[in-house]
Amino acid sequence: MSAPEQRRLIFKHIDEPGYTNDLACYVRHGGYEVLKKTVQRKPEELIDEVKKSGLRGRGGAGFPCGVKWTLVDRKSGKPIYLVVNADESEPGTFKDRYIMHQDPHQLIEGIMITCFANNVKQAYIYIRGEFPEGARILEKAIAEARAANFCGPNILGTAYGCEIYVHRGAGAYICGEETGLIESLEGKRPYPRIKPPYFPAVLGLYQCPTIVNNVETLCHVKHIADMGGDTYAKIGTPNNTGTRILCVSGHVQRPGYYEYEVGKITMGQLLYDVCGGPLPGRKFKAVIPGGSSAKILKFGENFTLKNKDGSTRTLTVEDIPMDFDTLAACGTMGGSGGVIVMDDSVNMVEALGNINEFYAHESCGQCTPCREGSLWMKKITGRMVHAGARPEDGTLLKSVADQIAGRTICAFGEACAWPTQSFVLKFGDEFKGYDEAKKARPADALDLV
Amino acid sequence: MIQPAKPDLITVNIDGREIAVPKGTNVIEAARLLGVEVPHYCYHPKLSIVGNCRMCLVEMGLPAVDPATKQPIMDPATGKQRINWIPRPTIGCATNASPGLHIRTTTPLVKECREGVMEFLLINHPLDCPICDQAGECSLQEHATGYGRGYSRFIERKNVKPKRTALGPRVTLDDERCILCSRCVRFSKEIAKDDVLGFIDRGSYSTLTCYPGRKLENNYSLNTVDICPVGALTSTDFRFKMRVWFLKQTDSIDPESSAGCNTVVWSREGAIYRITPRRNDEVNDTWMPDSGRELYKQVRAENRLASVKVNGADSSFDIAVNAAAQLLKEGSVAVVGSGRSSVEEQFLAGKLAAVLKAPAWLVSRTGEGDGILLSADRNPNVRGALVTGLIKELPAVQLTALAAKIDAGEIKTVVSFGEDLAAAGLTAAQLAKVRVIYLGTQADATSTAAAVLLPVLTPFEKNGTLINQQFRLQKFHQAVPSLAGATDDLIVLAKLLAAVGAGTIPAEVNALWPVLAAEIPSFAAITFASLPATGLLLDSTPWAKLPFVEGETLHYKPAVPATA
Repeated sequence: MSAPEQRRLIFKHIDEPGYTNDLACYVRHGGYEVLKKTVQRKPEELIDEVKKSGLRGRGGAGFPCGVKWTLVDRKSGKPIYLVVNADESEPGTFKDRYIMHQDPHQLIEGIMITCFANNVKQAYIYIRGEFPEGARILEKAIAEARAANFCGPNILGTAYGCEIYVHRGAGAYICGEETGLIESLEGKRPYPRIKPPYFPAVLGLYQCPTIVNNVETLCHVKHIADMGGDTYAKIGTPNNTGTRILCVSGHVQRPGYYEYEVGKITMGQLLYDVCGGPLPGRKFKAVIPGGSSAKILKFGENFTLKNKDGSTRTLTVEDIPMDFDTLAACGTMGGSGGVIVMDDSVNMVEALGNINEFYAHESCGQCTPCREGSLWMKKITGRMVHAGARPEDGTLLKSVADQIAGRTICAFGEACAWPTQSFVLKFGDEFKGYDEAKKARPADALDLV
Repeated sequence: MIQPAKPDLITVNIDGREIAVPKGTNVIEAARLLGVEVPHYCYHPKLSIVGNCRMCLVEMGLPAVDPATKQPIMDPATGKQRINWIPRPTIGCATNASPGLHIRTTTPLVKECREGVMEFLLINHPLDCPICDQAGECSLQEHATGYGRGYSRFIERKNVKPKRTALGPRVTLDDERCILCSRCVRFSKEIAKDDVLGFIDRGSYSTLTCYPGRKLENNYSLNTVDICPVGALTSTDFRFKMRVWFLKQTDSIDPESSAGCNTVVWSREGAIYRITPRRNDEVNDTWMPDSGRELYKQVRAENRLASVKVNGADSSFDIAVNAAAQLLKEGSVAVVGSGRSSVEEQFLAGKLAAVLKAPAWLVSRTGEGDGILLSADRNPNVRGALVTGLIKELPAVQLTALAAKIDAGEIKTVVSFGEDLAAAGLTAAQLAKVRVIYLGTQADATSTAAAVLLPVLTPFEKNGTLINQQFRLQKFHQAVPSLAGATDDLIVLAKLLAAVGAGTIPAEVNALWPVLAAEIPSFAAITFASLPATGLLLDSTPWAKLPFVEGETLHYKPAVPATA
């Protein structure tokens, strides 16, 4: 089994020797040609192209981009805003950062095409607080693009104009949730809004219709405008079109970012052929396929899926194609593309303790189940690791997680509950026997901090 | 009365029962109409909806419609339209009635959701009910009993937060008890228009606090204590004073301005412990100013009048009434009524003035209206004096007309209903030329100089009615027994009327109201007992042309532009 070739659409020039992030280099490589053609087209045509392309959001939820644009309230008479979600905070995900650092003009071109298609006059890039360098690069790129008339008033000699602003976050994971992001952009605490009624497409930024798209998604828009929606839809697999960037981290020989057609590569190909398999002397134990909030997959488990014709097929973890639908059918998600690999050196209680700590720290504290539940789960795993573990703690953990998922204002409830639910479900024995395992450790074993 | 426009009614189904509710009604309110409780913490009918407590999770379903034909899909088993139940629970507070909406509040999922939220709310709660002021009126206690599991699975350490933060002069915060419902934050911003509260830190460590350098000191700060569903925000005045279940509740009216906030007076064994607002959607919603809550202190204040005096010497009630009657019979009397007196007292004062052919005035008392629930007219009942006919015009700023008459020697005796004549503009020389009969509650320059001093009651010790700025007739009730040495104003007035030959008049509100109903056209067919707790709007057209001083406040818009 050998892996297919990478198809680098978004990451075409990433890490290319001699490729710099300034305008001249971008233009030398054919940059802004698509925008020049786009402004001669009708906006509705572009929305149509994106719909035909089947592009799904690359931020985590995989919501169809064309549908998102269609839902925008265009009759309210209020301005429409574009908000670029560059708050890449999901543990295990590191793709948007490289786009912004190494190819910022690709993003700006994608933004401008999106803005033109949706008649947006102001776009905001909400960039993660921990990306000061990215913000600086974007500021510079926007200034260059503005000077060259690619953004700002009357772009490329047309009557259309759009300003792009960079807004830095202050280091909160919840600002990646679109309504939390909007609140933060408005200068408030990033408490996610209740939906209904505050759907961004109708009541978004400053209570105006707003499109919130991920950085990678917007870069795809540029390529869709270039090649046409129908051509783009042929990349990848049906309903899982285009390419996507997979960020592999953890216990593999060659971690890193790889861009493949969606669904054209399996987990096994990715981990063994592309990333070189496990470290010497180790075996893969588990993998989280879409950022730390996605449910974990255990090597050795099988998934029986229904085919369209009613027959069934059985997949191992290695067989799962890295697309949206199959991963969802296997009970997890493609999420943000952050593939986190754990080998047999990892204790699952301690791994979950680490994840729980993150979510307890990042819960905004607005609604009860997530606020109290995430910290409780952290306290339980923390106690298990650092003090006494009880055999029944696993069951309790899962019960707490069950009380969170599906009952919160935003998807953070699921994000913090899914790891616990899946870890306990799939590695229940480790939770039950953790105290024994701890006692059996050699005296000179390293202590977890 | 103007009838409200008939609202569009929408039929919803809650736990199998149907009810028609106005458009915009949410599930919590619709269920309430059916007698079904949907427990909640953060939702408050008068504040914006944030949906953060998650206690009101219910199951929701909508009638099934074929997406292609838009035709209803019928269920052959029942013959009714099929209901598509949403698998995820939905919050009732943010779900508004829509045609055919189905809600289930008793399913295992809903029960489990409530148990989960209750457990979460209690894991870091100190559970210090035995020393908590909120005990007895605490939503956490009520819902833990009603919807909780009854045991705890939490063996970790609880979070520690500040226990006694003075947010302002009147409000003390216990952060450990706070469930972060944000009612107080929303109240400060939306109702008090004083955005001082917010949360710092995040997750379970979130802590309510004031913005740096600010204090929760606006005149509505204690409403945050009322709406706090738990014991986090406490009244510094009431804190640790009394268990709420020992307190008797008496409906009353805030007498500090013509806004006429509806209140509840909480008392035990003759002592008042606190005053809280009583909901009236036409007047004060669920709010009242802090200033009105302290007025109960006048009942046992240092300067409270408790001895009948004639010419400065202690006397008995009957001797004093006779002495007063003697003065009145000598003629040349003027009446200085009060906008603080009840409708009944003003009616009898008017009768007294009529019998004695005495001119009557009212003392004006104005301040700046705050646009919320403190109106510019700080008399609660100027309109009562108009309706009862005690006065025909609005009170002048100073009693200059009375002063002129005294200077001209036309007035020998002044009857004052608790009004300090010196403060109202009479000079010492003018006061020296007259003899004052004073019916009051607190000592002032006039009471000290009075020829006859008859101590009477505060609004907390008697029954009566007031007419607020909307011309709404509202009643207040006796919360505590009257102070020894003081007599009900109505008894004093009835005695004086009898002494000057005006016949027998009932000296008790229930008995007096038939007289009021018979003699005052606005009061026709009204009795004290039948007056609704939320008051009765009177026809204001006879007084529409008067230049009332009030500006806009909650639920009140001046009919004519307020004069400066």
